[in-house]
Amino acid sequence: MNLTLKIWRQKNAKEAGNLVTYQVKDISEDMSFLEMFDVLNEQLVHKGEEPIAFDHDCREGICGMCSMFINGRAHGPAQGTTTCQLHMRKFKDGDTIVVEPWRARAFPVVKDLIVDRSAFDRVISSGGFISVNTGNAKDANNIPVPKQDADNAFAAAACIGCGACVAACKNSSAMLFVSAKVSQLALLPQGAIERESRVLNMVKQMDEEGFGNCTNTYACEAECPKEISVENIARMNREYLRANLK
Amino acid sequence: MTKLDSKIPEGPLETKWTHYKSTIPLVNPSNKRSMEVIIVGSGLAGASAASSLAELGYQVKCFCFQDSPRRAHSIAAQGGINAAKNYQNDGDSTFRLFYDTVKGGDYRSREGNVYRLAEVSANIIDQCVAQGVPFAREYGGYLSNRSFGGTQVQRTFYAAGQTGQQLLLGAYSGLERQVGLGTVKMYSRHEMLEIVVIDGKARGIIARDLISGKLERHFGHAVLLCSGGYGNVFYLSTNAMGSNVTAAWKAHRRGALFGNPCFTQIHPTCIPVSGDHQSKLTLMSESLRNDGRIWVPKKKDDSRKPVDIPEEERDYYLERRYPAFGNLVPRDVASRAAKERCDAGYGVGTSKMAVYLDFAFNTLRYGKVEANKRSIHNPSQEELKKLGQEVIKEKYGNLFEMYEKITGENPYEMPMRIYPAVHYTMGGLWVDYELMTTVPGLYSLGEANFSDHGANRLGASALMQGLADGYFVIPYTIGSYLSKDISTKAIPTDHAAFMDAEKNAQERLDKLMNIKGTKSADHFHKKLGKVMWDKCGMARNEKGLTEAISEIRAIREEFWKDLRIPGTQNELNTELEKAGRVADFLELGELMCQDALLRKESCGGHFREESQTPDGEAKRDDDNFSYVAAWEFKDAGKWELHKEELIFDIVHPTQRSYK
Amino acid sequence: MNRFLASSLGKKAVMALTGLFLISFLVVHCAINSLIFYNDGGVNFNAGAEFMGTNPIIRTMEIVLFIGILLHIYQALILTLNNNKARPVKYTLNAASANSKWYSRSMGLLGTLILMFLIIHLKQFWVISRFTDEITGGHTTLFAKMQEAFSSPWVVVVYLFAMISLGYHLLHGFRSAFQTLGLNNKKYTPFIQAIGTGFSVIVPFIFAMMPVSIHMGWVK
Repeated sequence: MNLTLKIWRQKNAKEAGNLVTYQVKDISEDMSFLEMFDVLNEQLVHKGEEPIAFDHDCREGICGMCSMFINGRAHGPAQGTTTCQLHMRKFKDGDTIVVEPWRARAFPVVKDLIVDRSAFDRVISSGGFISVNTGNAKDANNIPVPKQDADNAFAAAACIGCGACVAACKNSSAMLFVSAKVSQLALLPQGAIERESRVLNMVKQMDEEGFGNCTNTYACEAECPKEISVENIARMNREYLRANLK
Repeated sequence: MTKLDSKIPEGPLETKWTHYKSTIPLVNPSNKRSMEVIIVGSGLAGASAASSLAELGYQVKCFCFQDSPRRAHSIAAQGGINAAKNYQNDGDSTFRLFYDTVKGGDYRSREGNVYRLAEVSANIIDQCVAQGVPFAREYGGYLSNRSFGGTQVQRTFYAAGQTGQQLLLGAYSGLERQVGLGTVKMYSRHEMLEIVVIDGKARGIIARDLISGKLERHFGHAVLLCSGGYGNVFYLSTNAMGSNVTAAWKAHRRGALFGNPCFTQIHPTCIPVSGDHQSKLTLMSESLRNDGRIWVPKKKDDSRKPVDIPEEERDYYLERRYPAFGNLVPRDVASRAAKERCDAGYGVGTSKMAVYLDFAFNTLRYGKVEANKRSIHNPSQEELKKLGQEVIKEKYGNLFEMYEKITGENPYEMPMRIYPAVHYTMGGLWVDYELMTTVPGLYSLGEANFSDHGANRLGASALMQGLADGYFVIPYTIGSYLSKDISTKAIPTDHAAFMDAEKNAQERLDKLMNIKGTKSADHFHKKLGKVMWDKCGMARNEKGLTEAISEIRAIREEFWKDLRIPGTQNELNTELEKAGRVADFLELGELMCQDALLRKESCGGHFREESQTPDGEAKRDDDNFSYVAAWEFKDAGKWELHKEELIFDIVHPTQRSYK
Repeated sequence: MNRFLASSLGKKAVMALTGLFLISFLVVHCAINSLIFYNDGGVNFNAGAEFMGTNPIIRTMEIVLFIGILLHIYQALILTLNNNKARPVKYTLNAASANSKWYSRSMGLLGTLILMFLIIHLKQFWVISRFTDEITGGHTTLFAKMQEAFSSPWVVVVYLFAMISLGYHLLHGFRSAFQTLGLNNKKYTPFIQAIGTGFSVIVPFIFAMMPVSIHMGWVK
């Protein structure tokens, strides 16, 4: 298939960017979206032009590095799918595809489609852990965890930190990301000891990073490639109220 | 001459590690605070080492090329992590895990190292659970296990099909905690380009800030390379696109020996290549072989749909060749058998380089069990299929979904098409018992070292080794070195050695940028990959390897003449990053072929066609090849071989048989 | 408490609590006004209105109600400003309708429409009741005022439009308040959501039927 691509080009964080139109030909429907980009970049290198910078690594939907806003949607049109696992059979010959970077004050553009998501790391380092030094732990089966809690914790922990929730949210809110970690640890007995300080610190850091506020549109859940539930947001709200009432 | 001292402690196998731990010299806490450790890589090994060392009091700097340490490729491991907990009461023990690992590695690993690995395996699970890793659990709230990779006990802990992700996020949270406390300084989007060696000791690195393009000098009393494996030398592999050998290779060029480079693991169940555009291969968890039957048509070039091929015209070749283990033979055996059928012309799919992994039989079997459970009498075939599919969905739903996303085919209706793909590299930097390379003060952990897996890694052992090295080995062994170094003050980074190393790195970047040829880095990478896969892949022979060496040299020459990198070095330049990595792969590829050529036996993942039993099985040669091949870099294309003899006091090598 | 109110979650909690409080007001308002459907020439309704206008508890609550409305508006303004700042560069193409409902993204707009309506509505009825002696002095009745106002088709249209806005505002706001307060539970959430949907349809519908019924002469 032949496609017209309109891709955001931006030299670096300081300069302004704009959409540039490219044509690609003979794209196989078995290609992933990123492989289609490889083809385009190969063309650009061949012409001596700078290829499009985009983040990607594992290309199997788990590392969370790829991050494209495709035709107005985080990770494109497929449900529960990262950009790297989006395949060209979801598009038609002759389509025009607009590709932009994640847009949020907390995720400044580094170059082209690459953004800086270190705000997420800082949120985690403010409290997204259990304070246990190596060697502290006693036998794993000394802490039984009800299966339902373990399963819910796992479902929250499936977050890959890609930032699609922020990108899709009209307010660039990071609530789904932050609440997934708060939930995972709040659901487990191991995490109970620090549950108040954790949620207080993480929310504080989240606010300082400049993410917007949650208005419960649930766009995050709809676009999350791991389909993390907004129940986690409710849980974090509850944890936060609880921590403030104590 | 040999300069290889494995430093395996004296004494009985069971007490080596305990004895070692209680007798090594220690660094007192106040001295730890003034000592700096550099860690390259933030996967399971790197992140666990960084947090553990920081907890002890060392000042740690950790580097990764990704935008966040959480993205390291450990995250993609699916199946699980082994540990000798014996929670299932099925007779597991440290010794049994040790024994299985040595045997699984086809007797090419060190007994002392492997025993230690088995010993600390249980502590890893404790540590991870305490961190909040959500392992699968039973209804009683206790941890669940499954069997994996054909072992006879259930010792694999797992978190659905995302075990690597959960373990890495656990280690990452520990790392980020230390970042928050200020004891670890994290350098994301940084790539290590040189090791700085002063008076024979590793004292720092040169790293490139991938956003600004600037080179930076960093001092450390010790340097830990936790930079993962080099499977991407094949271009197509299950590794992440960015996985590379650069850090290890720079260390190799600075004097660290490279151990067993030819030992590569080819995983049997991956989604086959669909065209020239393919950029990577995707693994389908080994656990699928528990319920899927592997077959090809009995007739060559049979182009009928798989469902239209009647039962008697199908060749379940694994069940035919290995009746005892059937579809559950180890990875190396299953991979070779698939290749044999496809090479003989029985492959399926458009490329004819695939075999079927068929769930129909077990779907019906599960359907019958379900029907009985629900008291449905005389169910129709359709009903059975539907009931069975529900069971299959519960067990493998996410994998089936992934398969459908990639291929566009529904694996509930049609058998999956699979083919082997490069997955893991057992070889790596040679290290002693303390995980130190041949350069004092330079350590290597996880997949980056030549490790504990011998010639073939068992399923669910990679995660175990990465975390064992980082959490429970290096915090002790590094003390043995640093305790002698407490009087060394931080060396200023304007020291001549730092300037030299930086100059080196700079010259190499300039050289790459100034070729100004016509072809992209990927062009050369693909070419290299094809040579490696065809001639140094699942089956190797003298003729092919000799050819491969000269072909790789030719590609390398062309690379340095005709490479094109658009843009400049003073900015984020992904083509420059790729080119640097490909340049190193082009050197490593040759060494792998040299190593494979020298090792005339077949063992584990290394199959030399000249060395096989009459019925086509791998044949080891313990008399001549029971050693670790450790290569010393002399000059581009020149290496000197050092051998470390392998001594087996406890486990006596026998020919593996799965018939 | 300061920390809580300064945080994004704290602000949201204020939105949710004031929102729920305003919802409770709607119930009372709707119930009293429904007295017109007795179709008794407004006798019951006028009695109810007089009770509401003179009871000291209700009068106190009225002050609380205004504080609630102002807080709800103030907090919404702060949050909206914040949210706008969180994305300085907008998307060229944003297919938001693929992932969320238009009314959940348009609470600010719906709220503004409701506020504009509220000003008109207060001017038409509340100001007259409280700050003039038209009704208290017995010159006319509130019911008569309604008949007068709703004789104009334009007023009816404005009211209908406002009630549609209110309906959508509630459709998102009702369940959203529970989510924000963390009152989310596998068992009860679907129930709460059903009540929310019912409430958002029924209450504005009843309100809307008032001007319509009077205008059409169904209620005299």
